[in-house]
Amino acid sequence: MKKRVNIFVNGVERILEVEPWVTLLEAVRGLGLTGAKLGCDIQVCGTCTLLLDGRPVSACSVLAVDADGRQVLTIEGLGDKNRLHPLQEAFMDCGALQCGYCTSGFILTAKAMLEESPRPTEEQIRSYMGGNFCRCGCYPEILEAIRKVAGL
Amino acid sequence: METFVEEDQVRRLDYRAKVTGRASYLADMTIPGMCVGKILRSPVPHAWIRRIDVSKALKVPGVVGVLTGDDIVKEEGIDPYFGPVFKDQTLVAVDKVRHVGDPVAAVAAEEPQAAEEALSRIDVEYEEVPAVMDVRESMRKEAPLIHESVRIPEHGYADLAELRPVEGTNVCTHFKLRRGDVEKAFSECDYIFEDTFVLPTTQHVALEPHGCIASVEPDGRIIVWSTTQNPFVVRTQLSNIFKVSVSKVRVVVPYLGGGYGSKVYPKVEPLTVALAKKVGRTVRIMLSREEVFYTVTKHAAVIRMKTGVKKDGTLHAREGEVLLDTGAFAEIGPRVAKKSGYTATGPYKIPHVKIDSMCVYTNKPPAGAFRGFGVSQSAWACESQMDIIAHALKMDPLEIRLKNIYDEGDEFVTGEKLTNIGLKACVEKVAAEIGWGKEQTRRPEGAIVRGKGIACLIKATITPSISSGVVKLNEDGSVTIFTGTVEMGQGSETTMAQIVAKELGIPLEKTQVLGVDTDVVPYDLTTSSSRSTFHMGKALQLAAQDLCHQLRELVVQEYGVPIEQVKASEGKVFFGEMAMEYREVLFKHFGMQGGTLVGRGEVRTRTVDEKGEKVTSAFWFLGAGAADVEVDRETGKIKILKYVSSVDVGKAINPLGCKQQIAGAAITGLGQALFEEMVFDNGQLVNPNLVDYIIPALGDMPDVIESISVEVPHKDGPFGAKGIGETSLIPVAPAIANAVFDAAGVRIKDLPITSEKIFLALEKGSREKS
Repeated sequence: MKKRVNIFVNGVERILEVEPWVTLLEAVRGLGLTGAKLGCDIQVCGTCTLLLDGRPVSACSVLAVDADGRQVLTIEGLGDKNRLHPLQEAFMDCGALQCGYCTSGFILTAKAMLEESPRPTEEQIRSYMGGNFCRCGCYPEILEAIRKVAGL
Repeated sequence: METFVEEDQVRRLDYRAKVTGRASYLADMTIPGMCVGKILRSPVPHAWIRRIDVSKALKVPGVVGVLTGDDIVKEEGIDPYFGPVFKDQTLVAVDKVRHVGDPVAAVAAEEPQAAEEALSRIDVEYEEVPAVMDVRESMRKEAPLIHESVRIPEHGYADLAELRPVEGTNVCTHFKLRRGDVEKAFSECDYIFEDTFVLPTTQHVALEPHGCIASVEPDGRIIVWSTTQNPFVVRTQLSNIFKVSVSKVRVVVPYLGGGYGSKVYPKVEPLTVALAKKVGRTVRIMLSREEVFYTVTKHAAVIRMKTGVKKDGTLHAREGEVLLDTGAFAEIGPRVAKKSGYTATGPYKIPHVKIDSMCVYTNKPPAGAFRGFGVSQSAWACESQMDIIAHALKMDPLEIRLKNIYDEGDEFVTGEKLTNIGLKACVEKVAAEIGWGKEQTRRPEGAIVRGKGIACLIKATITPSISSGVVKLNEDGSVTIFTGTVEMGQGSETTMAQIVAKELGIPLEKTQVLGVDTDVVPYDLTTSSSRSTFHMGKALQLAAQDLCHQLRELVVQEYGVPIEQVKASEGKVFFGEMAMEYREVLFKHFGMQGGTLVGRGEVRTRTVDEKGEKVTSAFWFLGAGAADVEVDRETGKIKILKYVSSVDVGKAINPLGCKQQIAGAAITGLGQALFEEMVFDNGQLVNPNLVDYIIPALGDMPDVIESISVEVPHKDGPFGAKGIGETSLIPVAPAIANAVFDAAGVRIKDLPITSEKIFLALEKGSREKS
């Protein structure tokens, strides 16, 4: 039986009728916000990362009904048309992506990390970002981009 | 020498879409009226299908239709068999299943839940037969035969024409390489070394799974949107399977979320089209992560290598046997066997060679192309044994390499001359960067020991091959670029635009690279084999030159000046005192703001050059890697402190792109070296998920990763560029194994190099000592 949920997606209240088994990732992608991707489906790879009340979650493994009344930030809600978020700029400048499939997840996780600790140590970065995989192997450039934004 | 200095700061053209989440991948596309397809897969590794009952599945609400082998066999318009080399794959099983995960049936439904429900209601009766999961087992006379017969396609690949299955066996290719007299040569050697090296089955783990949307239009045209690296091969294969001309097949490719070889050759496309045809609807199939592991893998291998050496370290003879596990289907395995065979001598001059490289069926998921294509297998054996030899002869591993290594003008093992090769420089550069021969800067403490290792390689690109490119000059002087190269992360879109912009002397902003659509772009063989910059880049450079020539001719027509007095460069056409912008030339010619010029370029590489000399490879991949590692003697734990790669890039068209490709491939190589292995138990894959199959994460990175571009330009490459996508992956595993030996004195011969293996080897060593 479908349930009615109110989710604040990128600051806008969206009222959805969803089956209880629908994941947050499916619900958000169903709104046309397809920046978050399905990768492993078991909350390991990080391609589906969204920020739920500011904290990174694997949206493949969160139910949409559990996001009821909460704030969701997707990559589409970051920055605006004229001014991108500094992380988006830094990822481009440093070449921190190749195929781009993991990029939205990396940028959102990095944003959450920098909000928690604006000047993270190398160890903190490696540990916090450990749940996001980049198979193209852009890790050196990703580290560089994050350091750049953190002013390290 | 041309330079790209001003473009050094080029920001990739696909980046803005990718950092804003706007880039569209297959899973992001919807086609009106589309339904969802799901695949029923075999739970057993080897069995005859005796009966399939789909009646209960058809009753599930929301189910649109079900496809089984019966439909395929009954339908005259479908050839049930396909495959790039041999037609041994089935769209869905028609008689037998040959690996766990082999497609047995497919369901189309309105919703994924209905499709899943229907799959669970299909009854299949399997009659199991013995399965074989190991290449050595599979080569025994009494091994169960996996393919009763193998169909050879009418028009196969030119370079594989001589490779045929060995009848009545599971050997689907036996490639032989012979040079000199090996038997006699061994008797002339001072030392003979014989070792066996093993590599497991691994998977590419492109984060985007394979997928396909297929539609069979009312007029019979087939349209597929696919995650493929080679749309034109998919087009050809679909045309063969569904018995329509290629003009009736359209393949559209959005951005790919990584490929690394996993998306070369048809994967899920034939089945999706068959299902779409059966149900008369547009169908989308997106594979789950588990299904990806059943779809394509990297060849496991067992490599026996016997090498004869002179006292001074000169390599004199090699006998090698390379057994490649191609799983249930040949796929492109025969070519992998050939490439492994050619490179089983490594990048060294060896006068006497006897290599037997075999591609062998087993009941594992099919193995196909994987970044490094057969050479990461042969290099694991070759480069590990080089160090075994060096240590036995008390020689420096760097010195023995430099003594035997191919240099400019040397003969390759096939007899042809190697030219435009910067191999030696690659080796010397990584050695210098890793501090080879210098005292360790950090002293090992207690149980921690430290060592360095080096490895190098030569690899061929697919030859012969074809790339065609078109550049269209628009009325405002901007250009539209038509290329069949797939942007899968390697940055081809930007590189191609840079080449065209440079050749025409226009800013990058005035270029636009079109997406790949086989109805629109001219033919390109494949986005693989690290060939796109060299082949497609050159084709587009020629297309741009063709445009310049046409512009000059227009000036000749309009102004009556001799063509030799007309020059085109820097975005303008010059003649006499005049300098006209391209758009002004068009305006003059067409008499209004309108009209188009179309420049064409084509690259065809051949297996014989103009002098009649054999050409194995249009250009060579050359590179080296060096590792600095720490090993904990108490636990076997290994830590990579620094890893350095060097690649002969010919000419770096996009330096940051080169760095990304070189470091990126090396990082995939780290995974292959240290963690990755598909584990089978009784025919079942134990770890088809990203918890149990481990790929490198940020925490696994060495403290330092360096990438060095060596530039020895190639005469046929655009501005001298060569392909680089695969090179740096190949030496990683042997470089690390060699470093582990240097540090801890244990030799690991089977990948991956786990702490457990190092620990056990150390234990064994200390037991033997006591």
